[in-house]
Amino acid sequence: MAKRFISLALAVVMVALGTFTVAAQDDCDFVGEVVIGVIAPLTGDIPKVGQSTVEAARMAVEEVNAECGLTIDDENYEVVIIIEDNEAKAESSVAVATRLIVEEDVIAIIGPQASKQAVPTGQVANDRETPMISPWSTNPATTLDRPWVFRAAFLDPFQGPVVAGFVVSEFGAETAAVLYDVASDYPKGLAENFRDAAEAAGVDVVAFESFTTGDTDFSSQLTSIIAANPDVLFTPQYYNEVPLIVQQARELGFEGPIVGSDSWGTPDLIELCGEACEGLFFSTHYAPDIATEVGQTFINAYEERYGAKPDDVAALTYDAFQLLFTAIEDANSLDKADIRDALANIELFEGVTGLMSFDEQGDPIKCAVIIQIKDGAFTYYDSACPAGFPPE
Amino acid sequence: MEYFIQQLLNALQLGSLYALIALGYSMVYGVLLLINFAHGDIFMVGAFLGVFGSITLDLPFVPTLILSMVLTGLLGVTIERVAYKPLRQASRLSVVITALGVGLLLENGMLALTGANPRSYPQDFITTTVYNFGGVSISNVKILIIVLAAVLFAGLYTIVQRTKWGMAMRAISYDKFAVPLMGVSQDQIISLTFLLGAGLAAAGGILWGVAFPVLNPYMGMRVGWKAFIAAVVGGIGDIRGAAIGGLLLGFIEIMVPAYGASFGISSTWRDPIAFGLLLIILVVRPTGLFGVARRQKV
Repeated sequence: MAKRFISLALAVVMVALGTFTVAAQDDCDFVGEVVIGVIAPLTGDIPKVGQSTVEAARMAVEEVNAECGLTIDDENYEVVIIIEDNEAKAESSVAVATRLIVEEDVIAIIGPQASKQAVPTGQVANDRETPMISPWSTNPATTLDRPWVFRAAFLDPFQGPVVAGFVVSEFGAETAAVLYDVASDYPKGLAENFRDAAEAAGVDVVAFESFTTGDTDFSSQLTSIIAANPDVLFTPQYYNEVPLIVQQARELGFEGPIVGSDSWGTPDLIELCGEACEGLFFSTHYAPDIATEVGQTFINAYEERYGAKPDDVAALTYDAFQLLFTAIEDANSLDKADIRDALANIELFEGVTGLMSFDEQGDPIKCAVIIQIKDGAFTYYDSACPAGFPPE
Repeated sequence: MEYFIQQLLNALQLGSLYALIALGYSMVYGVLLLINFAHGDIFMVGAFLGVFGSITLDLPFVPTLILSMVLTGLLGVTIERVAYKPLRQASRLSVVITALGVGLLLENGMLALTGANPRSYPQDFITTTVYNFGGVSISNVKILIIVLAAVLFAGLYTIVQRTKWGMAMRAISYDKFAVPLMGVSQDQIISLTFLLGAGLAAAGGILWGVAFPVLNPYMGMRVGWKAFIAAVVGGIGDIRGAAIGGLLLGFIEIMVPAYGASFGISSTWRDPIAFGLLLIILVVRPTGLFGVARRQKV
């Protein structure tokens, strides 16, 4: 904990100093710098997200500089990042994005993470014609009709069908129930996506129950759900609500499977839920025990550096950097328009979170993973891919 | 029918918890005419002392419950002595603001002490067993909460109605100027009120933590508001009112989503309907179900 606090404090100091030059090899003969802006919520509601962002960003940059930076026209350029705190606020995010583009003259922006900040900030980047990649935002509006804005995560409308397909193939579900927070955008959107996808797949949604943020007693809704006798319960809630929902459902006599979405993926979930969550499934961006070589290398290096397994924010941020580095080298130029075109034209990129390519909106086409909670750990179970992806 | 019985049990569990917390609001108001807005946070401290007892000291359920009730009760007394007593002659607004401040102090103090990560009791604190009677599921936790809340209320009611201390409490709430003249120590009675109110809140906190095992330092805010509403609807100042108000609020919160669907109302409408109903009760009976109108002497 103390170590993490120090790294966070360091990040804040770096922000205060404005720039942070990563120590680089002396024998690379850098001819210039590639300045990239990073916008992260270092303070505010979700500091853990900010911390993961900064850790992954520093790691990505130090790694690339250790290999003599980026090569453009056979000359080496050193990568420099400028980290800005958006305080998890939309207006601060817009302000720092403008500052990064206008005053620091960054070539591209990585971030912001949450959709609440990424949606308005995407407008700034698009208006000022600067490539931006939001690693974590899943709201469609972030990239919609913004040719300069990209993301590394899949979208909510994709995750709904993924889970719906999974409950049919895994459990042979014919009926399903949904319990979600009606006062929060992410669960509400995902609950509706799931319902539509499930009904399209021939699953009857027999109960669609809601509650309000901050509720802890779901017994009324769960009793209604159990009375409707669904084969499976879907609940796209956060890690502090899932344990309550699962435990109460079991106490009230629900014996079917309970499935969730990427908001489940915080290790605290297992600690709070204990035995009750054992064996349950949820969909997410990546699995810490993922089998690919790229993934394993990243996880080991991250664990060695920071002493903890990377979460999905760290993995997606790292991927966003790799995408940008690939695009800059593909473009072989430091012109923003060239980099944008190169990003849009990335054919098939292998990242920590799997293979991906971009569609015309700047959204990745990629697979989701299904994770099972097994022996008190998030364990890779299956992948679910869009039709025809990845190409053979 | 099974469905109704199941929902009734759900309502009894939630309502009993609200009632335990509402009692503290009601008693303090009865004696001091003070709305103790820190009460929800005292409830939170009670729940966290349960974590301290069960994890740090590795105690089983009953000793943890008693430990937390005693310590939280003493905390309630201390808060009154330190924060409210010096302001007893000040305007009531100053005391209410102080109460809000104490609440913030407890919340953020706990945040600083334990961090923002949610906590829960150990798995073996109470091993949940689910019994099934003809389609109705009832867990030992539910039975425990309902029975323990009823026992605690009965105990409190006996103290207030049948003992000299209780008589003094009722007397002070009736006339706080005349009673000290009869040789009753006002300070002692006020301390006793805070001790009992905070102790019951701690019991509520631990039972809440057993039923809903995700504890965070801000948990008391929302629960506190609801218990306060329950106390007002029941008639603040009257402990039977607090108990009935708590049960009523739990009943409405469970039954609106349970039967709303058959009237074409989705569970989204729970809060507007629940609080609308409570509002109607207050329009018909402004002093609450058990409340008596006090005449203000000018």
